[in-house]
Amino acid sequence: MIEIRNMSKIYRIGDVEVMALNNVSLDIEQHEFVSIVGPSGSGKSTLMNMIGCLDVPSCGEYYLDGMLVSGLSDDQLANIRNHKIGFIFQGFNLLQKLNAVENVELPLIYQGSSARERYERSVEALKLVGLGDRIHHKPTELSGGQQQRVAIARALVGNPPIILADEPTGNLDSKSGKDIIYMLKELHSTGNTIILITHDNDIAMEAGRIVRIQDGQINEDRMVG
Amino acid sequence: MSFIQAFKMAVKSIRSNKVRSFLTMLGVIIGVSSVIAAVGFAQGSTKSITDTISSMGTNLIQVNIMGRNSNRNVTYNQIKKFSEENSVDIAAVAPQSNSSATVKYGTNTRNTSVLGTSPDYQEIRSVYAQQGRFLIQNDLEGMQKVAVIGTAVVNDLFEGTNPIGEKVKINGQLFTVVGILEEKDGGQDEGADDIVIIPVTVAQRLFRSGTIRNFSIQATGPETVESAMKKLEEFLAKTYKDSDAFRVFNQAEMLENLDSMTGTMTAVLAGIAAISLIVGGIGIMNIMLVSVTERTREIGIRKAIGAKRKNILTQFLIEAIILTGFGGILGVAIGLSIIHFIIGGFELVPEVYSIPWVMISFGISLGVGVTFGLFPAYKAASLNPIEALRSE
Repeated sequence: MIEIRNMSKIYRIGDVEVMALNNVSLDIEQHEFVSIVGPSGSGKSTLMNMIGCLDVPSCGEYYLDGMLVSGLSDDQLANIRNHKIGFIFQGFNLLQKLNAVENVELPLIYQGSSARERYERSVEALKLVGLGDRIHHKPTELSGGQQQRVAIARALVGNPPIILADEPTGNLDSKSGKDIIYMLKELHSTGNTIILITHDNDIAMEAGRIVRIQDGQINEDRMVG
Repeated sequence: MSFIQAFKMAVKSIRSNKVRSFLTMLGVIIGVSSVIAAVGFAQGSTKSITDTISSMGTNLIQVNIMGRNSNRNVTYNQIKKFSEENSVDIAAVAPQSNSSATVKYGTNTRNTSVLGTSPDYQEIRSVYAQQGRFLIQNDLEGMQKVAVIGTAVVNDLFEGTNPIGEKVKINGQLFTVVGILEEKDGGQDEGADDIVIIPVTVAQRLFRSGTIRNFSIQATGPETVESAMKKLEEFLAKTYKDSDAFRVFNQAEMLENLDSMTGTMTAVLAGIAAISLIVGGIGIMNIMLVSVTERTREIGIRKAIGAKRKNILTQFLIEAIILTGFGGILGVAIGLSIIHFIIGGFELVPEVYSIPWVMISFGISLGVGVTFGLFPAYKAASLNPIEALRSE
């Protein structure tokens, strides 16, 4: 599903070159639940941006579903993000001016679905995350846990094979955090590939596989459970 | 993503920021409405002037005698005879001997202009008597001291008594009022209604003026105006042997001159108003740039979940166009209201609604939206999603 070969990413900050990723190779199979852990500054966010096609590597190759992604244009990357990847962010990243269902509709809008199909699928996704009664609430009218659930609905509404969750519990209390992790596990059990980025070891243990990253390199990759 | 969807998205974003959207539109609203009102005013003034001129009739030819050569003079009878010989081209001739005089009725006096002319004058200049009669040929031949007076003079001198048959003194001589002219200028104190018309022969004696300097001549039709003018010029040149001693001209020429003059006036007014449209456009660009900065995170989110550059570009561009387009519509409505309620309401000039200018100014407002929306939209579309997501 995901094949990363000798990927490096170098950022240039003024005159200083920072090697955020140093010759990383990583394979993730379909239906895996992988945690990527590491302290801040380790390069895990950069790796996530690469996997999520938000950024292009300085060198190395990235194959997604057998397709070489590194080297595609901005618009082609946008298309891949739209169809193949569902993002869940630490800060939820919902549009504040739109209500829950309108937020969930966004990926479908860019896929070009009809208004009716969009609405129906979005309501369905919101029901799935337990917010069927809150579809017309704005993000400000929802709790953090509920907002993150809206974000999950938005991530899964387009049926992407990969769900990419970047510290999804970081801004939540432990109870809501547990709910979110439970929901990710549910998604995993229905066939999605889940990639969970976190610095919390306990949460990382929920996954089937832990990839530990430090100083831009993978220093541990093991199965758990 | 369809255009309709982009449109809906833009409307939603505009509506979620109503006050700011309105203030953004204000520049365009003022621009468009001032273009329309300014052009309306200019065209209204033009209309009132051209109406006055064309009400004199386009078949009208004016002859002015400027020469001082008293030995060789064209008299009314000579011109009359000449025009009767050329009745194919010339329908009628009226002499105009203009003077000013003091008119007295009882103890009321008034200074007014006195016009000595012939019965043809009423046809040529469409000046008719509303009561009594106009001059007749017998008045001229019999040197009758009769007067037809304008409503301004009636109002001032007669204070309610019926003037017909009354005697007035013009420069000390007694005249009988035989008619009252139709009101032309709303009975204003100065203007077309402030006039006394007497037989030309009487006027010549009264004011001791031998030469009649002005003639109004009516051609038989619009198509004979030119040949009539040519014949008149030849005839007068023969008498005066000096082409600078007289002038023959026609309303059509005056209208043409006026047209180019008022065209310039319209363009200048519209130009000044158009500048405010451009200023409005810069206001739009300013606000859109602020909006792009403010919504960086939104753009980042949209891009992360699959919006292409094109999607973001159209969204912002459509927003700018809707703002200016809606501003343009409001501007058109306000501009037309100004013409109707202020220009028309206070009867400053006739109400003229120029459809082409409405379209032009509305079109320009849309163009302004595209032009000044393009840069902010491009800026938004080019944002890097990672950096955009990181911004607060």
